[in-house]
Amino acid sequence: MRHVISNANGWLSILAVVLFSSAGDVLLSRAMKQIGDLGQLRARRGLIFVASVILQNRYFLLGVACMGMAFYSLLFGLSWNDVSLIGPAAASLTFVANAFAARIFLHERVDRRRWTAALLVATGVVIMAL
Amino acid sequence: MNFRKYLVLAGVSVFAPVGDSLLSYGMKQVGNISLRNIPDLLLAIANPWVGLGILLLLGFFASYMTALSWADLTYVMPASSLGYVLLAFIARFALHEKVSLTRWLGIALVSSGVGFVTSGPELTGRSPQRPIVRDNAAPGHS
Repeated sequence: MRHVISNANGWLSILAVVLFSSAGDVLLSRAMKQIGDLGQLRARRGLIFVASVILQNRYFLLGVACMGMAFYSLLFGLSWNDVSLIGPAAASLTFVANAFAARIFLHERVDRRRWTAALLVATGVVIMAL
Repeated sequence: MNFRKYLVLAGVSVFAPVGDSLLSYGMKQVGNISLRNIPDLLLAIANPWVGLGILLLLGFFASYMTALSWADLTYVMPASSLGYVLLAFIARFALHEKVSLTRWLGIALVSSGVGFVTSGPELTGRSPQRPIVRDNAAPGHS
């Protein structure tokens, strides 16, 4: 029974890590696109200006909050299951989930090249953990 | 893509695995911290390896944000996953761990994924919104 609960909590945490990580990545990406090229902005207006613009962006703050939730979901998962399952499963599924999320929410053109890259990296991450 | 942008992607790839490795090395020196002694986690920063690891992870976050400011998420994620490869090389040559054949196969797959995505454009479609900060703009718009 404990084994079943452990597995269920492990997969639940993987799901939570994937959802929160993808939401965080999408929100951070949206925030950065909204602000513009940070390198150029820093050259024109200085580092303090760039930091203040980033810290006042609501998408950035939400994104960081999601990343925090993903981190604690990971810790929860690690307390129930092995890092050899949680780590690669969460990392590789996040690659695929990000491709879907970027297409839907960021309107990125995810062509065959990018799908192939995401799947190759996701498979590679799983194989490296075997 | 120019040299500066490749440098930023290299920063994303290098800072994360090296920072994680330093944190891991430092925390092994600090020892186990039980739930009853959580404040000891704050003292762990005093360990030079942990402190250096945190600095590198801050560098990773800054590089990641910079990359996302001019490239698609679906470009940055695979392009910056060379860190997994770097981690395996650190494990093999710096920590003298044994790296299995399947792990080298995984490294080959990750590398080919990186090669695939970096041979294409870094930005596609339209940005969700035009940049809000212009030369004469005041801070605080979001």
